[in-house]
Amino acid sequence: MAITTVVIQRPDPEQSSYLRAAFKGMALTLRHMVNPTTVTQQYPEEQTELSPRWRGTHRMEVHADGRPKCVACGLCPTVCPANCIRLVGGEDDQGNRYPIVYEIDEFRCIFCGMCQEVCPVEAIHVGRDFENAEYSRDRFVYDLDRLMEQDHPTTLLWDPADPASE
Amino acid sequence: MNTPISGLPLLLSTSLKIAIMFGVVMLTVAYTTLAERRISAFIQDRLGPNRVGPFGLLQPIADGLKNLVKEEALPGTASKFYFMLGPMLAMIPALVTFAVVPFAAPLPTPWGVVDMIIADVPIGILYILALSSLGVYGIVIGGWASNNKYAFLGALRASAQMVSYEVALGLSLIVVLMMAGNVTLTEIVWQQQQLGLWFALPLSLGFILFVISAFAETNRLPFDMPEAESELITGFHTEYSAMKFSMFFIAEYAHMLTASALMATLFFGGWDLPGSWDDAFWHQGELIRGFDASGAPVAAAPAVWKTLLTFAAFAGKTAFFLLLYIWIRWTLPRFRYDQVMELGWKVMLPTALAYVMVVSSTLLVLDQVGVSRFFQGLALTGVSGMCTVAFVFFLDRGRIIGGASSGRRVVSFGPRPHERGAAASKGVPTGD
Repeated sequence: MAITTVVIQRPDPEQSSYLRAAFKGMALTLRHMVNPTTVTQQYPEEQTELSPRWRGTHRMEVHADGRPKCVACGLCPTVCPANCIRLVGGEDDQGNRYPIVYEIDEFRCIFCGMCQEVCPVEAIHVGRDFENAEYSRDRFVYDLDRLMEQDHPTTLLWDPADPASE
Repeated sequence: MNTPISGLPLLLSTSLKIAIMFGVVMLTVAYTTLAERRISAFIQDRLGPNRVGPFGLLQPIADGLKNLVKEEALPGTASKFYFMLGPMLAMIPALVTFAVVPFAAPLPTPWGVVDMIIADVPIGILYILALSSLGVYGIVIGGWASNNKYAFLGALRASAQMVSYEVALGLSLIVVLMMAGNVTLTEIVWQQQQLGLWFALPLSLGFILFVISAFAETNRLPFDMPEAESELITGFHTEYSAMKFSMFFIAEYAHMLTASALMATLFFGGWDLPGSWDDAFWHQGELIRGFDASGAPVAAAPAVWKTLLTFAAFAGKTAFFLLLYIWIRWTLPRFRYDQVMELGWKVMLPTALAYVMVVSSTLLVLDQVGVSRFFQGLALTGVSGMCTVAFVFFLDRGRIIGGASSGRRVVSFGPRPHERGAAASKGVPTGD
């Protein structure tokens, strides 16, 4: 490859005018001062439109009788690339598996949504939510009750009419 | 009735004026910080602080409260006494300077006429020059006592810059003194009323020099060398926090306010409004507005509405220059340090000296010819206009502010477009 020379067009110092440039700048800032075209979003009043693919804080779907839909199959902690799900499964006397401990560390989570994809019973979901500030760090480990209490909508990637994406 | 106030009412009215002006100055300073933040936001297409109160109007109060209750950090290696002294020394001269600025037409009261100035000292401008240069001691002492290399460099720059621009500032004031024939600020305002022209016209170059020097004196962009965030963190107040930092901040804005008030007073007629309806001056203990044909004094008619209207005029002019400060800060980039020094010593000082010579010789010639005062003003307007055009022309060629490498090409990126043909004919490989 041949070495090429790039000729940079620079104004000649003898030809350039410092003051004219300064006054041009003043005129520009004055135009913005008297007629501000603000792009600022007034956040708590104006909400951001979330993308259809938004994946946020998790939620756990529940049955009509209030039990979690999770069957403690162990797929989500296995597939989780951030290793942020802790699951201890149990079995009741009818042989139904249920989670004894189900915790998601929202700090470690990378919100890839693979737990939702892999779940065979559509129990765990990522949600359309990002306002999850807390006063202490340990509040970011969501336990099963907390996950079941979340009331934000689930991500649009999951269609309730076609739960298995078929 | 047009007699000056005296005795106990004088003492009371002066105390009242001090209290009111102190409050007004502190409030203006507080709201200038808000204006700076909002206007800079508008310039940059943002909104700025608009949460505390309507339009963010309570923001300065919130800032003040926060800074009052914040924990102060005292560096272990700092010299404690001088570290405390710095902010005070910076703040007090900035506030005290306002005492000699007349801010409205005289106010009539049942006890006599009250001058709308806190202290009408006969040395007016000298007092301002002396106190405004005292402000740098606060910065130097604060920066040095911090025992921090950035603070120290900021302090060093502040002192060098003050020394350089104080000279040009003083020289640009000399032309005003020559026109007014007096150093009292009330007298300077009165002379502008009598002339019928504000000094910004007959002394246009003096005004430009004064504005540039005042920007350098108040350490505002494009001359904010002592702070220079990109080079020195925040310069002299790097180690300061909470209320001590706030005091440096108040000092900076109070300096701005004083400088704006001075620009308005010295070059834009102070509280004067066009027309001669507000003319009034003291003549042998009597407030008069001039002399009639036989030389007998004509009594002036001071009124409350005149005082209020002229105060509004003064406030408006001052606010305009405060806006100019803010506007320039958010437009122009900072000079390099050598450029500041070069501008100060190689441009401002010789220009100011030459201008003093031009104005004084013009005034001398006009005096000898014996033309009227107003025609003197007009002639001087023409001469100053030519001086201003010449000054701008020479400054504009980029010869001096361009800095060390202007006009010299150290590194060349290939031949320039107009040289390309010549280079090719000489067989120099151009590569393209």
